[in-house]
Amino acid sequence: MIGKRLLAAIPSLIGVIIVTFLLTRALPGDPAAYFAGPAATKEAIEQIRIKLGLDKPLYLQFIRYVADLGRGDLGNSLTTGQPVAEEIKTRLPASAELTLLGLIVSIAIAVPLGIVAATRPSSIIDHCCRVISTAGVSLPVFFTGLILVYVFYYLLGWAPAPLGRLDVFFSPPPQVTGFYLLDSLIAGNGELFLAALKQLILPALTLGIFSLAPIARMTRASMLAALASDFVRTARASGLTPFTIVVTYAFRNAMLPVITTLGMVFSFLLGANVLVEKVFAWPGIGSFAVEALIASDFAPLQGFVLTMAVMYVALNLLIDILYGVIDPRVRIES
Amino acid sequence: MKRREFLKCVTAMAAGGVLPAAPAVWSAAKAQSRQETLLIVSESGPNNIDIHGVGTNVPGYEVSWNCYDRLISHEMKTLSNGLQYYERDKFKMELADDMNVGDMSATFKLKKNATFQDGTPVTAKDVKWSLDRAVTVGGFPTFQMGAGSLTKPEQFVVVDDHTVRVDFLRKDRLTVPDLAVVVPCVLNSELVKKHATDKDPWGLEYTKQNTAGSGAYRVVSWNAGSEVVLERNDKWVGGPLPKVKRIIWRIVPSAGNRRALLERGDADISYDLPNKDFVELKNMGKLAIVSTPYSNGIQYIGMNVKQPPFDNLKVRQAVACAIPYQKIMDAALFGLAKPMFGAPPGTPTEVAWPQPHGYTTDISKAKKLLAEAGYADGFETTLSFDLGFAGVNEPICVLTQESLAQIGIRCTINKIPGATWRTELNKKVLPLYTNVFSGWLDYPEYFFIWCYHGKNSIFNTMSYQSKEMDGFIDAAVAAAAVADKPAYEKSVKAFVDLAYADMPRIPLYQPYVNVAMQKNVSGYQYWFHRRLDYRAMAKG
Repeated sequence: MIGKRLLAAIPSLIGVIIVTFLLTRALPGDPAAYFAGPAATKEAIEQIRIKLGLDKPLYLQFIRYVADLGRGDLGNSLTTGQPVAEEIKTRLPASAELTLLGLIVSIAIAVPLGIVAATRPSSIIDHCCRVISTAGVSLPVFFTGLILVYVFYYLLGWAPAPLGRLDVFFSPPPQVTGFYLLDSLIAGNGELFLAALKQLILPALTLGIFSLAPIARMTRASMLAALASDFVRTARASGLTPFTIVVTYAFRNAMLPVITTLGMVFSFLLGANVLVEKVFAWPGIGSFAVEALIASDFAPLQGFVLTMAVMYVALNLLIDILYGVIDPRVRIES
Repeated sequence: MKRREFLKCVTAMAAGGVLPAAPAVWSAAKAQSRQETLLIVSESGPNNIDIHGVGTNVPGYEVSWNCYDRLISHEMKTLSNGLQYYERDKFKMELADDMNVGDMSATFKLKKNATFQDGTPVTAKDVKWSLDRAVTVGGFPTFQMGAGSLTKPEQFVVVDDHTVRVDFLRKDRLTVPDLAVVVPCVLNSELVKKHATDKDPWGLEYTKQNTAGSGAYRVVSWNAGSEVVLERNDKWVGGPLPKVKRIIWRIVPSAGNRRALLERGDADISYDLPNKDFVELKNMGKLAIVSTPYSNGIQYIGMNVKQPPFDNLKVRQAVACAIPYQKIMDAALFGLAKPMFGAPPGTPTEVAWPQPHGYTTDISKAKKLLAEAGYADGFETTLSFDLGFAGVNEPICVLTQESLAQIGIRCTINKIPGATWRTELNKKVLPLYTNVFSGWLDYPEYFFIWCYHGKNSIFNTMSYQSKEMDGFIDAAVAAAAVADKPAYEKSVKAFVDLAYADMPRIPLYQPYVNVAMQKNVSGYQYWFHRRLDYRAMAKG
């Protein structure tokens, strides 16, 4: 099954490569003019264009791009001056760590909230769930982020300065996974772990609040459906405890749509947390891509979209596997 | 796969991945003393730490300035407000020990004890190699060297190990000042050559990421887009040893957070805060705030004089009468700029640039002028600006749009992204726009060559062509080269007068460089490049 799924992903990856290449070339900006600097003459711009290989016909540029790609070379970013593959390698873990933690925060609040709301429809808790998730999704992330910084850093002084992944006076742990929390534990440095965690709390909370809504609503809806089903009625009639009924029988059956939503929320948070990254000076992949877009910097854009496409494919695969784990029927059918 | 097996498998994998790595290297977080470290926050960081690189951005100049030495630099003077300001006409020796400017050449003797950061001595051949590199690599550095008539490697001659001669191509008073700008920095030629390849003979790939100079600081770590860390070079001989041992420059894109960091005392200096924040911080009095006008810089409204309706002088004058100058100063800049309008009638033209023009907002006069030009009913046009500087450009354009509507000129605002702005300017088709220009070399004729001369550089955004103007500018350049003061002054006055009579572009104001810092930070200096010089700074 896994092999077949992977094969099926190849055409979409090829499509992504072609489309991103063409789309980046269709951007209105002229990278040569941008990078020639503020006082460049027409000749200086032409010199830069030749240096960047942008004077060649489009198909030649494409062939060169694909050939480089085959060697694992994603090109160089002009805005940061680094190889794109290197940038993605250091920035993706930063974004992934933040997004994962945000998702954990979100799940920890949204799933119990959804379950309780579903077991007591139209109660105060149900209304609370509705208000919280509506508020969470309607507040723009940068706004939530700035408010949190204002209150917890500026006014109260509880949170550390919003200066990225670590306080200025710490050096990062030796890279193993790229996740500072894990790496600091691997290095056995408790102080560093705490420092990294402190930096993570506010941005993760911001992301968590934003992604509450789809998870809570989906949990509630699928729990309602599961609770109304025949097997739950049978379980009730058999006199099982409410806990067993809700958690073991109803929730397990309600988990499939929730898992699907989680997958979607995760992948969209990963790309969409640009604003959180901007607010918290987080050296993530989203702000990297946006900066590249503003400068019409082709290589990082292509690299970013390609990475995202690969991640989506991997994530979908993972979710499919999880389906099988949670629901034996899926496994048997396939 | 069975569920239990799968879970077991995952746990085993996780354990296998983590456990063997457990006794890894200990990295104790070094608690560096804050006193010796300066924490700078700014909106954007460098993309290349070598100014000779392809497309190095302005923050990159700051790294180059602090990590490399030039032969000469400028002295400082103290202004009446206590600010340290560079002295345009007084040079101080940096790598050179002695400068001897002759009729057609300048000879520099190098400091004998100067060494690069790897310990090799600085020699005349390093200087020649570096200057050759600057005039050869193309792009901005070559172009900037050319502005001072430094264009050929043959101009740089090694006399002996510690003596270099720079031959002048022609008499040009900008040649020596051009050796003190950021570009002609001296690199460790042997070190860089080791990393050069056939495709990259000047080793640009190496210096893009590594500093190879003799300067006061060196980059110890650079994480593009998030942080630059610099450490002092204790063996620096270019000047007195800097007080700050370590510079941490963090990129904080959110302006609100930069302000919060300053107010909480976590950051020492913020280089670019919006004007509104500056005014508020100034009033709070908790921080030291310095605002200095850009030397030789003007924000202006430009008009394309090649196309109707702006080819008509009366239309341009009408626009100049309809700009809401004071409103722009108050609402867009919060007073943080030097007005370049409203000189009282009869004010004599000075031998200086920038200087204010005589126009003020006068709607009825503007209407009259527009009617005389044959546009009594007005016309439609677009007003463009660079989104990269939307913070000031957008309010300027909205206020101007509103004011022009009163005389019948209906503008559509055209927001152009930063990446495309220069391309659009270069096409010279925008009818009406706002833009800013400032020159490193602070001489009136330098500004005019770029912005008004008929050779039509990218900054003559109006496509302004006037034989008379070219004559005055060329005469000023020629007079300056031979130090003919009366002829020079006459020509400068003449081209300023002509620029304000023809009015192809309407100066609005001279922008300010705004720097906010903690009260215990001292030693800020204003330089022509407008970036920070860490070497004079101190804390505590």
